[in-house]
Amino acid sequence: MEAGALSNPVLRAGRNLTDRIGDPLLRGLSGLAAAIAVAAIAGIVYEVVHLAWPAISQFGLGFVTTNDWNPVAKRFGAAPFLYGTVITSFIAILFAAPLSIAISIYLTEMAPQRIRRPVATLIDMLAAIPTVILGLWGILVLGPFMRDTIEPALNSVLGFIPIFGGDPSAFGYLTAAVILTIMATPIITSVTHEVFETVPDDLKEASYALGATRWEMVRQVVLPYSRPGIVGATILGLGRAIGEAIAVAQVIGGAYLINASLFHTGGTLAAQIASQFQNSAGLQKASLAYLGLILLVFAIAVNVIARIIVQRGKIKDVDVTETEAVAL
Amino acid sequence: MSANPHALLLDRGNLKRRNRFNRLVSGVSTIAAILAVAVLAIVVGSVFLKGVSALSWHFLTAPTALFGESGGGISNAIIGSAIIVGIAAVIAIPIGILVAIYTTEFAPASIAHPVRFVLDILNGVPTIITGIFVYGLIVVPQGHPSGFAASIALAIVMLPIVARTAQEVLTLVPSTLKEGAHALGIAPWRTTVRITIPTAAGGLLTGALLAVARVAGETAPILLLDFIFTQGVQTDPGQGLASIPYFIFQSSESPKPEAHTEAWAAALVLIAFVLALNVVARSFHARSRKRMGA
Repeated sequence: MEAGALSNPVLRAGRNLTDRIGDPLLRGLSGLAAAIAVAAIAGIVYEVVHLAWPAISQFGLGFVTTNDWNPVAKRFGAAPFLYGTVITSFIAILFAAPLSIAISIYLTEMAPQRIRRPVATLIDMLAAIPTVILGLWGILVLGPFMRDTIEPALNSVLGFIPIFGGDPSAFGYLTAAVILTIMATPIITSVTHEVFETVPDDLKEASYALGATRWEMVRQVVLPYSRPGIVGATILGLGRAIGEAIAVAQVIGGAYLINASLFHTGGTLAAQIASQFQNSAGLQKASLAYLGLILLVFAIAVNVIARIIVQRGKIKDVDVTETEAVAL
Repeated sequence: MSANPHALLLDRGNLKRRNRFNRLVSGVSTIAAILAVAVLAIVVGSVFLKGVSALSWHFLTAPTALFGESGGGISNAIIGSAIIVGIAAVIAIPIGILVAIYTTEFAPASIAHPVRFVLDILNGVPTIITGIFVYGLIVVPQGHPSGFAASIALAIVMLPIVARTAQEVLTLVPSTLKEGAHALGIAPWRTTVRITIPTAAGGLLTGALLAVARVAGETAPILLLDFIFTQGVQTDPGQGLASIPYFIFQSSESPKPEAHTEAWAAALVLIAFVLALNVVARSFHARSRKRMGA
């Protein structure tokens, strides 16, 4: 379109100097901006590998499976934090995904029309709360509640399973997992909600016309239609949970070894970086960057997979990142 | 369900059971929504109840007390945060909008798609990793942490948010407006600057405000990049600057109850700012969508 206008000699003759400069200038500037965005991601990968290099060359891939973090003996391994990241994020998603689906069902099918938008806005607001404030709340309100009420109850009923054994404590894997659940739920909800909204009305009405109850309609129409979106949203929520550093650092307690009990203090990749990067040097700092590299690989993989799944599902009206970004 | 498409109509015997199950699911989904809203109320309520008692004019206008002492304020943290976030916004908002202009107005699909993909990936990079990146990029060469390093990290966090929301609103601008301009022989850059951007202004502002709200409470990069600062109000971003998120983080880790009270009060200031910004941004968004008929 633009090319047509430019190649027309009549229009070209009428173009003044500002236009002859303005067009390539805006095109160049905006192209440069896009190049900066691409350079940022390349720079991130390069710089993290660069900072981690002393640890990579010292420990190699064995770093990933070493269950040790000993700054005095200069022995470092990622296993305790890898375990903490996986277990806390897994528990968080285990709760957040069904909760988000239920909330989205409520928002699109069950709630009275008038309160749908206000409730959706309130849930978006939950995603807007800075994580450092969630962490503060986790330390002073949630932690004591977990120690005094939830964990003793779990322990008395399920204490024979090792993960629910051990002494209740305010700080630990489980408290971190609850904080991550609170963080992930509004993010997953905003995407699943948007996906549910795209289910065509005629499909829903056809189901009702066959005599389906509301739930039967949801089960037979909304959920199958939205499945790729639900999976994609859940994986995006997982990505956010894996990467959260601050709130987790505040409530997980910071232990250096894998512990079977969910009540016990532990660490995650992101939280370990957050709590030690300031006061570290040499090999320890490089090892923290190595943890960062593992985290970065995880984060990129999770995002790529989520987007491929959503695109395969061809939910063309929904832009997953867009909803996620607005929910932030 | 059975293979017979009329099963639902023919089989009335289990209607009671089906209705009961329907009510059950309806109840469960309602409880889920109430739970989420209740968590919001509990968190915001805790911050308000515990913070409001410590909030005073003195707290807002006095700098933080000497290390380990309480009774100071957060004026240095407020000013530091404003400078850090302000620089980040000045860097990220123009670049983000330019990226969006490039992908929506200039780039062919074969380039626009990969750029969008890169923005998605950038949005998914944990902020602590962005902190490590900027540490290597700026703090190592400079030899000391600084407010400016934190600004760069926050700008990188903001960039994909600004760019993606801007992309969305720019594609919503009716193509008839742009085509009208083209038909009048107006140069593409003029069309973009005089027609497309003003039409989308409300939406662009929404994205910018949401991005500011998002990074105003961002703590992870600051923890890595801007954690050494001198007493009193500092305004030089080349040196360390105090900030509200860092103040909350430090006070929350302290064993002293007075520090916790101050953390709650600072959290109240931060949460009020962030939520207010969100409400304002959403109202712009709604108005701009209405204007463009979307």
